[in-house]
Amino acid sequence: MSESLMLRIKRVPTVVSNFQKEEAEEGARRSGGCGRNCLQKCCIQGAKLPLFAFKKLNKIVSEKEVLGNENNEPPVAFLDSLLLGEWEDRMQRGLFRYDVTACETKVIPGEYGFIAQLNEGRHLKKRPTEFRVDEVLQPFDVNKFNFTKVGQEEVLFQFESSEDGDVQFFPSAPIDVDNSPSVVAINVSPIEYGHVLLIPRILECLPQRIDRESFLLALYMAIEAGNPWFRLGYNSLGAFATINHLHFQAYYLAVQFPIEKAPTKKITTLDSGVKIYELVNYPVRGLLFEGGNTVQDLSNTVSDACISLQDNNIPYNVLISDCGKRIFLLPQCYAEKQALGEVSPELLDTQVNPAVWEISGHMVLKRKKDYEEASEENAWRLLAEVSLSEARFEEVKALIFEAISCRDKGSENDAQDLLEDANANNSLEEVDAINKGSHCAMVSGNQECLVRQ
Amino acid sequence: MESHLALIEQSFNSYYSIWAREVLDELPESFTITDACISDHPIVFASSAFLKMSGYSKDEVIGQNGRIFQGPKTNRTSVMEIREAIREERALQISLLNYRKDGTPFWMLFHMSPVFGKEDGRVIHFVAVQVPILRRNRLNGSSLSEEGSGFREIVFGSCRREVCLDSLVDLGRVLALDSDTRGLNIEEPCEASEAEKRKATFAINHILSVLTQYSESTGKLVCGKRCKLPGATVISSSLNISLGRIQQSFVLTDPQLSDMPIVYASDAFLKLTGYARGEVLGRNCRFLSGVETDSSVLEKIKKSIQAEQACTVRILNYRKNKSTFWNLLHISPVRNATGKIAYYVGVQIEEGCKSQEWHGLNAEMRQLSCVGAVRVAVRSSSIGTGSSK
Repeated sequence: MSESLMLRIKRVPTVVSNFQKEEAEEGARRSGGCGRNCLQKCCIQGAKLPLFAFKKLNKIVSEKEVLGNENNEPPVAFLDSLLLGEWEDRMQRGLFRYDVTACETKVIPGEYGFIAQLNEGRHLKKRPTEFRVDEVLQPFDVNKFNFTKVGQEEVLFQFESSEDGDVQFFPSAPIDVDNSPSVVAINVSPIEYGHVLLIPRILECLPQRIDRESFLLALYMAIEAGNPWFRLGYNSLGAFATINHLHFQAYYLAVQFPIEKAPTKKITTLDSGVKIYELVNYPVRGLLFEGGNTVQDLSNTVSDACISLQDNNIPYNVLISDCGKRIFLLPQCYAEKQALGEVSPELLDTQVNPAVWEISGHMVLKRKKDYEEASEENAWRLLAEVSLSEARFEEVKALIFEAISCRDKGSENDAQDLLEDANANNSLEEVDAINKGSHCAMVSGNQECLVRQ
Repeated sequence: MESHLALIEQSFNSYYSIWAREVLDELPESFTITDACISDHPIVFASSAFLKMSGYSKDEVIGQNGRIFQGPKTNRTSVMEIREAIREERALQISLLNYRKDGTPFWMLFHMSPVFGKEDGRVIHFVAVQVPILRRNRLNGSSLSEEGSGFREIVFGSCRREVCLDSLVDLGRVLALDSDTRGLNIEEPCEASEAEKRKATFAINHILSVLTQYSESTGKLVCGKRCKLPGATVISSSLNISLGRIQQSFVLTDPQLSDMPIVYASDAFLKLTGYARGEVLGRNCRFLSGVETDSSVLEKIKKSIQAEQACTVRILNYRKNKSTFWNLLHISPVRNATGKIAYYVGVQIEEGCKSQEWHGLNAEMRQLSCVGAVRVAVRSSSIGTGSSK
């Protein structure tokens, strides 16, 4: 790390829990017995929460295989029902800071259909806090707010993999303090109905950084929900994550996100069957991952890519869409630009922090003026500021591919792969860029087939 | 399962009569008809050409959703486009990679068109025509299709393919390149020729005219285009589809229409109460109450609605056959994308009734999950229209 100036921006952090207080208040609180029914040692003994045990699919089940089923009804899936039911319950109990369904929302006319929402209640008129934006990896700080401090009523259920391979539900299961469960909690400042936080192994207090196991959990959740309108998102530090405690976000919106409509250009297919594309004609440059021989293959490829970005201090966002079949990875640099004073005041005034949802095309606006004047050009212009430049993106791509191919298993050069790659010669230019400076053992093969890296 | 199939058969027969089946069966084209009103859009008719092309038997296809023909190399963006078109109730023509029963993939031009009910303007069915996209094998150096137009050139690859072929061990796979498959590069998007597009359009129009003609004999008129509605109480097809995924018994009522009529009733509601859909749409819910229904409960419901609040009551209701049941009824206002209240949802639970499919979610949770699902559906379906509903 360079010893040059630390980059900071000031923004008002989003309140995701009713127990999230300003730092000053946090420090002043005395330890021990808080009486708030939280998840820390003081209150957690004997606590019980519903537990949803999901089925760990090894293979990406193709729809075709479902043909033999007696019950061909694909109704609202069980996980969906549980999540929606619990969320509605909390809504009726008044746990949310506002009724998100009372916020006007619309699709902006245009080719992509950006979605705008007028939400004056989400952002507080509070003193902005300073955020360090030049370190994607920061150690966990017990003094700051973290999710073990939320009240148990904000937790909807535990989310674990099933022991015996079948979906199981326990309406009231004890919390295994020694084997920290992963939980789903509400976001009290929801962007949409059903906005929740997935917190892997909550009691382990992991900082906001992706690891293979946690990402796999998030992917399983998307698959289990089986609802293409239920998407998961991740913001790294420096890419507008509010809290440095490992979490993913998710919510329901039954319209297509602009990013999901963006055309893509295939870069390559890995040995593991994972296909990697680049976004084309979209304001933010990014990658799309699909396929894979198994769920783990897809998950590990994306995780490894994220880890390489983290290790290289590049902020990024991830969107898991289409029931876990498509995963978008978007490196960004908006916060850095902001800290360096490179963002126009006009854009800063909208106070839009471009996190994963905004980048995907769902913009929450706090000013009526911005909502009424929302246009595709404005949205595009804002997101274009978020994107890495073409040159920088090429460098980042190279980093990612190096990381991925280092771990890509084996190299059975079977004929099919060779031929597939041979036909993708339009990526030759990318191949050259990617191959530059790589230390990994190249997969042997014909000249034409280097594209596989 | 049986009642599901019966529902499907009825779907087709009630609109077009059984004679239409015979006529459609004689058409040479490959096509399917799906029901837009039944949960998950099951196929209610598949032409013999379709069955032949896909390799499935009729029983394997009727009642299924079209996704069973998709597979790992089917382009997900295309699938989404189809989904969007269904949601927006419009026609679509798109190239799509499908899979036969034996697992072999093939490209076809997928042309889908909605069929509207003339009376209420709702989408009743979707007709989908599948025209196989024929690709000429490039190895023998022959040029494009007979029609000589429209094919995307694969500029790269052909000579390489020849080179690599020599070293192939599994020549069998390559030689099996028939006119249907793209060979080894099956994922490359495949454009249909002008002739193939014309063929699809012609087929769709022909099928639509058959359906329209036969709907006259049943009295349930349909039309290829949406007809002007004379102020009928109807919800959009996309909302109808979303609500169709919800298994619980519930109704949507419209507070802006006189006497707050029911504008949507789930299949489970109809099953619970014994009424047919046509008998409940447009009516206020009070027909479910009877002589012994406690009027103070009705009063409580009325007050909650006036206050725009949710409420839960236990009310004695009457089925069509006059038998009674205790209804744990939950009512809640539902807002649409404008942020204003657009409907009230009423979720019914029959007291004492066991439902095995819910694995431990209690009745209250099931009700709330229904409300949640309705909220998502109503909000999302109105987000693009910009109108009040």
